[in-house]
Amino acid sequence: MNAPLRRAGVVVLVLFGLIFANLNWVQVYRADDYRTHEFNRRVMVAEYETPRGVIEAGGKALAQNKETGDELKYLRVYPEGKMYAPVLGYKPVGLGATGIEASENDFLSGASDKLFADRLSNMFTGDNAGGGNVVLSVNPKAQEAAWKQMNNNQRNVSRGAAVAIDPSTGAIQAMVSMPSFDPNPLVDHDMEAAQKAYKALDADEDDPLINRAVGATLPPGSVFKVIVAASALQNGYKTSTEIEAGSVYREGGATIRNSEDEVCPGSQVTLKEALTESCNTGFSRLGVALGADKVKESAKAFGFEDEALKVGDLDSGTGLTVAASRTGAIANPDGTTDTAALAQSSLGQRDVRMTPLQGAMIAATVANGGRQMRPYLVQKLLGPDRRTIYTAEPDELREPISSGVADDLRDMMVSVVENGTGKRAKIDGFTVGGKTGTAQNAEGANPHGWFIGFAFDDSGKAVSAICVMLENVPGGHASAEAARIAGLIMKAAAGRGGD
Amino acid sequence: MTAPAVPAPTPANTGEMSRIPTGWKTRRNAELGLLIFAMLIVAVFGATVEANQFDEIRMTSWIPAALVGILFLGLHIVVRYTAPFADPVLLPAVALINGIGVGFLRRLDLARAIAQKQPEPGIFAGTGGRQLAWTLASLILAAVLLLVIRDHKIVSRYAYTLGLVGIVLVMIPAVLPSSISEVNGAKLWIRFGSFSIQPGEFAKIALVSFFAYYLVRKREVLSLASRRFLGVDFPRGRDLGPVVTVWLLSLLVLVFEKDLGTALLYFGLFVVTLYVATERASWLIIGLVLFFGGVYVAYLLGASVGGPFANFYDRAEVWLDPFELENYERVGGSYQLVQGLLGLGTGGLFGSGPGAGSPGLVPEVRTDFIFAGLGEEIGLFGLSAILVLYLLIVERGMRAGLAVRDSFGKLVAGGLAFTLGLQVFVILGGITGLIPLTGQTTPFLSAGGSSLMANWLLIAMLLRISDAARQPATGAGPERAGPKKAPTQLHGAMTEVIKP
Repeated sequence: MNAPLRRAGVVVLVLFGLIFANLNWVQVYRADDYRTHEFNRRVMVAEYETPRGVIEAGGKALAQNKETGDELKYLRVYPEGKMYAPVLGYKPVGLGATGIEASENDFLSGASDKLFADRLSNMFTGDNAGGGNVVLSVNPKAQEAAWKQMNNNQRNVSRGAAVAIDPSTGAIQAMVSMPSFDPNPLVDHDMEAAQKAYKALDADEDDPLINRAVGATLPPGSVFKVIVAASALQNGYKTSTEIEAGSVYREGGATIRNSEDEVCPGSQVTLKEALTESCNTGFSRLGVALGADKVKESAKAFGFEDEALKVGDLDSGTGLTVAASRTGAIANPDGTTDTAALAQSSLGQRDVRMTPLQGAMIAATVANGGRQMRPYLVQKLLGPDRRTIYTAEPDELREPISSGVADDLRDMMVSVVENGTGKRAKIDGFTVGGKTGTAQNAEGANPHGWFIGFAFDDSGKAVSAICVMLENVPGGHASAEAARIAGLIMKAAAGRGGD
Repeated sequence: MTAPAVPAPTPANTGEMSRIPTGWKTRRNAELGLLIFAMLIVAVFGATVEANQFDEIRMTSWIPAALVGILFLGLHIVVRYTAPFADPVLLPAVALINGIGVGFLRRLDLARAIAQKQPEPGIFAGTGGRQLAWTLASLILAAVLLLVIRDHKIVSRYAYTLGLVGIVLVMIPAVLPSSISEVNGAKLWIRFGSFSIQPGEFAKIALVSFFAYYLVRKREVLSLASRRFLGVDFPRGRDLGPVVTVWLLSLLVLVFEKDLGTALLYFGLFVVTLYVATERASWLIIGLVLFFGGVYVAYLLGASVGGPFANFYDRAEVWLDPFELENYERVGGSYQLVQGLLGLGTGGLFGSGPGAGSPGLVPEVRTDFIFAGLGEEIGLFGLSAILVLYLLIVERGMRAGLAVRDSFGKLVAGGLAFTLGLQVFVILGGITGLIPLTGQTTPFLSAGGSSLMANWLLIAMLLRISDAARQPATGAGPERAGPKKAPTQLHGAMTEVIKP
């Protein structure tokens, strides 16, 4: 009987060997997966063990914490609710964050290398002060003005976005997306309630969860004429150069008309006048005269086709992902230029698509003498003890135009607001320039209204550059309301009160 | 064990120690040394728990370890007098696992008290305290077994009674209504109010004794009469009767008690004793084919018919893909398994340290999943040590079987040791995702009186047999005293006598 008994002993040995091998698989090979697995509540509990850093702007807390006394010790609270939600995003329980909450997650949670010293001292003192604080570049006055003006717009438009940038630094002064969402229910510790709130928002046809300022790409309409004008100025045209205009222009299969009969009916008009009045026939002919390559090249120089731009933290390069603006192919299937498409594209129609942020960056570039600054949202990073760890150092992104061309464009854009289509953007005490856009989109739908612009104060300093976009504006003159709102936001950004 | 007191012709006035002839090593002092070492580990475990839970080690931290230490010391003294030649490793190894179990359960109580801002439970309160009390009861039972059964062969006299008792114990939960017998989907219990027992735990020992007796008597016919097929000797059809009976019984357990682990346990134990008794590999082949065939058919039936087979089918599905969201979120799905795996993974190589993890997140961490909870805190290194302890216990039991001279003792020791090993495999394989999860207790670790008492009885039986095995052949044991006679009963005979 001993031989089979020995064999039974060997069987047990083998079975235990299998258990041991499997334990190695679970506890060593798969350990990292399991440790950070989404089903692992330890990750979650640890995350809420210390207070997450505060996100603030202009001395105002935008995302902070409330002690709960539960297993998850801190509840994330967004005191300003909808106003900042598209920028801040939200940090839900057990899931990934969005917005700045996501891009600055390491710093806010305390895991960032920048907080290494804090973690080290925590190890010795035994207490954990939590994550670092993020100070945004947003100017609360400008943000409030933008939020209020957008939501109380006089045309009852429900969707749109506004972005204001400091032209000389690239700091975002205001960023509003409409409609927005209340992030507080989404971070509820009751995960089912949070999930329900998310599903309701996700099902909303107006897409409140999208930050339209960086995420919506829409036809820019006549705003794109600034790009075509820049291309012309770079190719030997002057502001006073007479270009061909007229009431109708037929090119390929496309027929270009002006928005109203009194706009540039004559056969010749100066470049400056063409922009001031937003002369469609003039810019279509100009675009065709310049050629598709030159127009596309200029657009690209201003930031079109950039798929890598993030607006957030200049140091780490993380931030909100900015959708790429596009000029479209403007080509026939055989590769030659589709002149009909080019004529329409020169007016920001056809396949041209732009984000509101890109619009603001074009205006900012003009206001900043041709140098485009990299836009950013994170002004400062503070340690848990509020000592400054990092301050944004403005960074030139690209220089699409020379300062001479920038000066000419500035002149022309100021003329738009002084004498042309953008009069409603005027603010007392500032020199305002800009360009309006009314963009046809779908058959039978109301056009989008755009305004990009900038404001200089008495001393000649560019205080703000802006883009306001309203989707499907009813009642004609779609861009007029955008221009009015843009003026008020810039006024607030310049420190001259809300409304 | 319900064996009546055996008239033990012990020389009462001279004392037990006189049985030991000079020059023979009993190794009792080695046992004592190992036991003290084991209790030191338990004490260090308790102190570490306090350091992590309270940020200080209080002067009272050693008390639970000291208490279990005293209990094991008591059993050690009983062993010293009633089974002086018993294997010296068994008791300390089991004591260490048992002590860690008590310490870990107390650690869970402390964590819960802290979380709920309640006063710290007393030494005998909470799950840990109850486990301590169960340990005391188990050790008393083990001591009684050692005191009453001075020769393991006596058990064979009651083999048929034990067999009947075993089958009844197995069947009771199956025939009881679910409200009384079902816990977490498996019908393995008898519950009265807050008190519940798992009769199957005790059935193991009764059934092993019965199988051993039956097989010693039938081994000739089972091993010799055979037909050769494909180079393997297969038994005659009519001899298959008992095997098929036990197979059906275990499948009934699988279906009606909804527990694969228990079914595997009973059937495995029977097949192995059968194989050891007959030395015929064909029995193993028949057994494995029957069992896995039965399991596969049950799986297919669960998929198509459902009904009583559905539970097993669900378990298998969950096992195949525990992390799939649907399995994870389903009631009775993979939530426990996944949380156990995540706990083990979080522990990694070295673990978070006793008291520093979050085993409270694992469901059933006091019972079925205690190994996963422990794994988070002591890591792969600690778990491997515990695994080696189990292996040591099993192999020492097997060794007692190898060394003991009578067939009955061989089969009982081999069967019990193998059953213990199989049970450890079934539960640990289940919680680590190696095999489908079934609700088994982890011997000596899990909270629960039935399991602890039954397994300590098993250890007492192994101690008893190992004592007989290591006793000098010329020894002055009461049964061997006097002139050598031929064994009066076949099952009392030495193997070598029977085997031609």
